[in-house]
Amino acid sequence: MNGETDITGADGVPDPVTADLRLSVNGVPRPVTVDTRETLLDTLREHLGLTGAKKGCDHGQCGACTVLVDGRRALSCLTLTVTADDVEIVTVEGLADGDALHPLQAAFIENDALQCGYCTPGQLCSAAGALAEAADGWPSAVTPDLSAPPRLDETEIRERMSGNLCRCGAYPGIVAAVGQVAR
Amino acid sequence: MKTEARPSVGAALERVEGVEKVTGRARYAYENFPDELAYAVPVQATVARGTVLAADVDAVVRLPGVIAAVWHGNAPRLAPADNAELAVLQSDRVSYRGQYVAVVVAETLQCAREAARLLRIDYDAEPHDVELRADHPEMYRPDRVNAGYPADTELGDPDAALAAAPVLVDATYRTPAEHNNPMEPHATVAVWSGDGLTLHDSTQGVSALRETIAPLFGMPPENVRVISPHVGGGFGSKGAALPPVVLAALAAKHAGRPVKLAVTRQQMFAVTGYRTPTIQRVRLGADTGGRLTAIVHEAFEQSSRLREFAEQTTTPTRVMYAAPDRRTAHRLVRLDVPTPAWMRAPGEAPGMFALESAMDELAVACGIDPVELRIRNEPAAEPESGLPFSSRNLVACLREGARRFGWAGRDPTPAARTRGRMLVGTGVAASTYPVYRRPSRASARCDPDDRFTVRIAAADIGTGARTILTQVAADALRVTPDRVRVEVGDTALPAASLAGGSAGTASWGTAVVRACEALLEELDRRGGDVPAEGLEATADTAEEVGEQPEYARHAFGAQFAEVGVDLDTGEARVLRLLGVFAAGRIVNPVTARSQFVGGMTMGMSMALLEESVMDHEFGDYLNHDLAQYHVPTAMDLPDVQAYWIEEDDPHLNPLGAKGIGEIGIVGTAAAVANAVHHATGVRVRDLPIRLDKLVR
Repeated sequence: MNGETDITGADGVPDPVTADLRLSVNGVPRPVTVDTRETLLDTLREHLGLTGAKKGCDHGQCGACTVLVDGRRALSCLTLTVTADDVEIVTVEGLADGDALHPLQAAFIENDALQCGYCTPGQLCSAAGALAEAADGWPSAVTPDLSAPPRLDETEIRERMSGNLCRCGAYPGIVAAVGQVAR
Repeated sequence: MKTEARPSVGAALERVEGVEKVTGRARYAYENFPDELAYAVPVQATVARGTVLAADVDAVVRLPGVIAAVWHGNAPRLAPADNAELAVLQSDRVSYRGQYVAVVVAETLQCAREAARLLRIDYDAEPHDVELRADHPEMYRPDRVNAGYPADTELGDPDAALAAAPVLVDATYRTPAEHNNPMEPHATVAVWSGDGLTLHDSTQGVSALRETIAPLFGMPPENVRVISPHVGGGFGSKGAALPPVVLAALAAKHAGRPVKLAVTRQQMFAVTGYRTPTIQRVRLGADTGGRLTAIVHEAFEQSSRLREFAEQTTTPTRVMYAAPDRRTAHRLVRLDVPTPAWMRAPGEAPGMFALESAMDELAVACGIDPVELRIRNEPAAEPESGLPFSSRNLVACLREGARRFGWAGRDPTPAARTRGRMLVGTGVAASTYPVYRRPSRASARCDPDDRFTVRIAAADIGTGARTILTQVAADALRVTPDRVRVEVGDTALPAASLAGGSAGTASWGTAVVRACEALLEELDRRGGDVPAEGLEATADTAEEVGEQPEYARHAFGAQFAEVGVDLDTGEARVLRLLGVFAAGRIVNPVTARSQFVGGMTMGMSMALLEESVMDHEFGDYLNHDLAQYHVPTAMDLPDVQAYWIEEDDPHLNPLGAKGIGEIGIVGTAAAVANAVHHATGVRVRDLPIRLDKLVR
């Protein structure tokens, strides 16, 4: 193929194309070789042993895979890992400071904001992102005054957390926990 | 050793695995990594009925990274199964669209997915029949319905009583197919070693799964170990063994490698069960004062060609209200559809939508307040069996709920109230769920450091089972809960019943109490001396559970809903939901509230959102992902409150507890539909209450 590497395997199906990356996850450099088709979610879970981020739908519909990318919420199931080699990734495993829980983690336990726990890592990362967005003055669809700093009342929290599904129905606890930390 | 502590049962103990879950350390089934691990990706049938003629597995195994491709032509043989759904890759027959017909095993998930996509399968398709109709010519009466109830019951002469009734309600209600959709898709890591099989599986019952899987592979149960410490929800769909776990074990055996297999969200709409759609005709005869003289409740449902699953839809009607003449019936038709199964409160959830909607229609017809109507029809004993209730506090729930909700003085006139751009209304419905208890075993152990370990192969699927069993054990041992560790979710532990039928607390709690009592007796015999190797006692509750005296044992509740319906779009929203439940003794108010609220939230969702739409042309459920199958978000239920009335019921179990996992979803949809009628004057008898049913 004009001097390029032949990537064609049996029956015309190309061998997987891989890329060597140096990810930064929870403040730690993580060199990794990935299939270019691989999502960040699969890299975290299958290669880096960071199984906190969950696969609920793999289509960006449930929020269970939410992580923070440069401090902003990102759906890791919709993020190709090859696009994440120059960003700071934080997963649920990176929220706590050693044994000291992040205030959101403590508030989730205190408010029983979880049942089966499968959506919980995504809810926590999403909540951390939502608090940062509000602190930066980002309005939401329900912010009444777009010119004033948003106030995280219950409706704001519900709206900002509405991309994270919880089939157990732990929403009252989740909203209360986020509200407790927002105050 | 010190054996004094304040009672733990009734206290708001925090979820004991809370830290593990909020830090991401809690390990779910797919998150296991045995050496030499490979990835399995299933292939689904693209016809609803027919035969598989060929699968080009030879081409696929030549693809990069592929280890094996398995179809019925080369699959390991399984022993015959009672449940034909579990005879995975054992024949060329396709019984529903989406059925597993092959599986690809590869070194990486990406390679396996790509190969599964490329695997060419040829079919001989046949015409399919996927449409549930009450007048389907192949409707039949099943021998029994789910949970072992008779299909039909009759007392007196209901037809004559209906004909003579001064007031008659005769209405047909429909509920759609609904899919459980736990947040964690079903997943298995299967590892063979010698004659043994280890399954890390997302299951509601490790013991039951082992008993099902072992004979399929021609092994005694002790050769299979199932490990499932954390389960990301189930709602019934992880109760019984399903095709994916069989496929994972089979793929691992064929490939000679440990494999992991996760069902995709899309596949969950075909291979992991769902609630059957129902068509229900309810006829109520009453005097002008609203006292029922006759109740007839008939249900029409579907199952697959592979397995008869007959949901017990009309069984709550056998329990709820007094009337001398009555009949309930179930009819089933086998179609070319996926196999329905358990979904939270099978029977009660759809059945009580129909009955409690009909009761609201009767209240309107008689001009009687719907709370009062229910109180007027309160039976003295269980209406069909005549058995005394072990406890029944429906009336107290109705009265307490009415007080808390602010029901008094409600103007029953429909379509008479607006708030901003909304028509608003309120509705009420009753809830009920049976109290089951199943045999289980448990062990209790004391070590010289005065710490206790309780072991039972129970499941905590988010219910709080691990937490409440810690409390139960602490009280039985007369110590504080921080000295007790409870281990669940592993067949290496004493065998236990599965998490289903809201029976966990009663079943496992009994076994834990008895094991702890036996340990204390043994400790007493030794004068409190704990040997260096520790001391252990076990219990088996088969005899105790088998000998319980006959009572009608049920939990009851009342749910009140306030809805707003947009005047322009017809969109209905639940503004407020309030439930009061009578479910015996509440072991932990925090986890109990979460269970009730979670059930009510799913009930609201049943009322307004959930609907799996059958594509008659292609024969599968069309809206098979979470963008199209809607479940509630944090925005959808701004105010949901659950309360309870403590019952002191000596006829249940050592805890005096009834189950609470399912009753929250029972009656909710009727309360919402009744509120929508109050708001708009439109009676919606087919769920969900979409806006096109309200815009006239």
